[in-house]
Amino acid sequence: MEWIQQLINGISLGSIYALIALGYTMVYGIIKLINFAHGDVFMVGSFIGFYSITVFGLGFFPALIISMTACALFGVIIERIAYKRLRNATRIAALITAIGVSLLIEYGVIYIRGAQPEAYPDVFSNKSFEFLGAQISIQSILILSVSVVLMILLQFIVHKTKTGKAMRAVSHDTEAAKLMGINVDNTISATFAIGSALAGAAGVVFGVYYTKIDPLMGVIPGVKAFIAAVLGGIGIIPGAMVGGLLLGVVETIVSALGFSLWRDAVAFVILILILIFRPSGIFGKNTREKV
Amino acid sequence: MKTKKFASLFLATTLLTGILAGCSGGDDESTSSEGGDTIKIGLNLELSGPVASYGSSEADGIDLAIEEINAAGGIDGKEIVPVKVDNKSDASEATNAAIKLTSQDNVSAIIGAATSGNTVAQVQIALDSKTPIITPSGTSPTVTVAEDGSVNEFTFRTSFIDPFQGTVAANFATQELKVKTAAVYADNASDYAKGLAESFIADFEAAGGKIVSEESYVAKDNDFRSTLTRIKSANPDFVFIPGYYEEVGLIVKQARELGITVPLMGADGWDSPTIVELAGAEALNNTYIINHYSAEDPDGKAKEFADKYEAKYGEAPNSFNALGYDTVYLLKDAIERAGSTDGAKIQEALAATKDLELVTGLYTVDENHHPIKSATILEFIDGKQVFNTKVNP
Repeated sequence: MEWIQQLINGISLGSIYALIALGYTMVYGIIKLINFAHGDVFMVGSFIGFYSITVFGLGFFPALIISMTACALFGVIIERIAYKRLRNATRIAALITAIGVSLLIEYGVIYIRGAQPEAYPDVFSNKSFEFLGAQISIQSILILSVSVVLMILLQFIVHKTKTGKAMRAVSHDTEAAKLMGINVDNTISATFAIGSALAGAAGVVFGVYYTKIDPLMGVIPGVKAFIAAVLGGIGIIPGAMVGGLLLGVVETIVSALGFSLWRDAVAFVILILILIFRPSGIFGKNTREKV
Repeated sequence: MKTKKFASLFLATTLLTGILAGCSGGDDESTSSEGGDTIKIGLNLELSGPVASYGSSEADGIDLAIEEINAAGGIDGKEIVPVKVDNKSDASEATNAAIKLTSQDNVSAIIGAATSGNTVAQVQIALDSKTPIITPSGTSPTVTVAEDGSVNEFTFRTSFIDPFQGTVAANFATQELKVKTAAVYADNASDYAKGLAESFIADFEAAGGKIVSEESYVAKDNDFRSTLTRIKSANPDFVFIPGYYEEVGLIVKQARELGITVPLMGADGWDSPTIVELAGAEALNNTYIINHYSAEDPDGKAKEFADKYEAKYGEAPNSFNALGYDTVYLLKDAIERAGSTDGAKIQEALAATKDLELVTGLYTVDENHHPIKSATILEFIDGKQVFNTKVNP
């Protein structure tokens, strides 16, 4: 029954990666920018959730919604201040700016509140129940259901709404979309808002599940989510979900086999292998470079 | 606009003069107090930075002890003058502080640093300047014994050493808890945890126990569930988790969630209020820690200290407070027996310390400058550390 337990551990971890990876992939899909500040939006979301629960005494769901809203706003502000003016600059300039923004957020938060970690309060009981010999905690179920609901919501937004249609159009061909009368700036902002809201949700879920949060908590999950996005095929939304879950399960299996110290190394080996053998990811189509 | 500029210039000038004045003031003091009626003791402690809570806790205990000794007439009629330096929890800063204390302030001895690494950083300076240093809580054996096995002559410690804690845990598990099988889950990145794990495994197996699972984790990790699941399937009676509170708090919480209900045990790295916040009081039930001291120890001397400490600071002392306090008395005893404030003479007296009664237990120094002293075992009950038993070496 150990394996069922491990599978549950892996899926819980993977769904957090998936939520963060979605933001990476959406932003990349639309402006071809790897937004390295995304992991820090996740951290900010986690802290906003933490303060909503401890200072304002809110429950989990209000805290989740506040954190998502605040992060959406935060994402748009980052985009408007840092990335918008670099829209026509080289991709490397935008990438370096993203790293700068990431450091600014991390150390800005340390400047404001210090570097000490914080313990998330228990908003749900720690109770767990037995299922086929595995202990399933209420928190794992919560993580999973929040992630699934948000992913379905995202699919709905992207495929059934006007904003989603605009997003897909801009991602396909920015110039043509502009000629068709689509407001490209607003569409890009909307993408940042949705991606950041998902990161904020991931932050709150992470806090509830893993208890400890600190200003540098976004670095490793951010990098892992980036790997997940590349694994699934960067720019492709279902790819990020599958990539995230897959990475979570693989990491868990590595630990379960007794190689827990190799867990992070394996994630990076996956990144390297994917970049060598299938740079477009699991879901990507091999497109020939235009000359 | 102009007034603003003027104001900032003015502010800068005042600040600068303030700093300069501070410097010259300090110099005056150090030259004037080089008389024969005081004993200068350097405190090289972590007062800021990541382990500031250790250093400042010790400083509180040290202040209390010095206050008491001076009120009672000092050591042989000489008043103790502490010279406090913040090493910012950094090894190179600790070295700089030691150089300053020995060359500028001419202290008779140095107390500190709180951690092993920052103490090791001062070993050479202590030797060169023939100034004894005593770390209150540096528990790594390397503090007093160099890599080639030779003893660092001028370095001493108040606390017991790491491997001893592993031995205590093994004895407690086999004799008090009467367990047959154990798992070890250690922090792979710290020498502290690895040393404890090694000595625990050796002594547990020597006592007839069986180690069914040996796992390790990396510091700063958040997800321990997969390895814990592995440990659970090995079905141990007892899990030994040497490590620091930030990770241990999460490990305890996740272990209980996964249905690991057996006793868990750790060492002094668990001693922080943060662990209760991280793990939750309920998950911490049925866990034990080894420590230097307990405020609930019924022993007379420990109780007396707890009362005095509470009267001065308004809270119960922790083990770092007690170790800081004890270090001053350890030094006082040596200076009295040496009958001198000369570093080399104090060193000889320190190395000969025997059966000295301290708050944290009876203290005797062995040939490696490792103390032979007792350890306290505490049990977490509803988030509170409750005195369980005292184990003698």
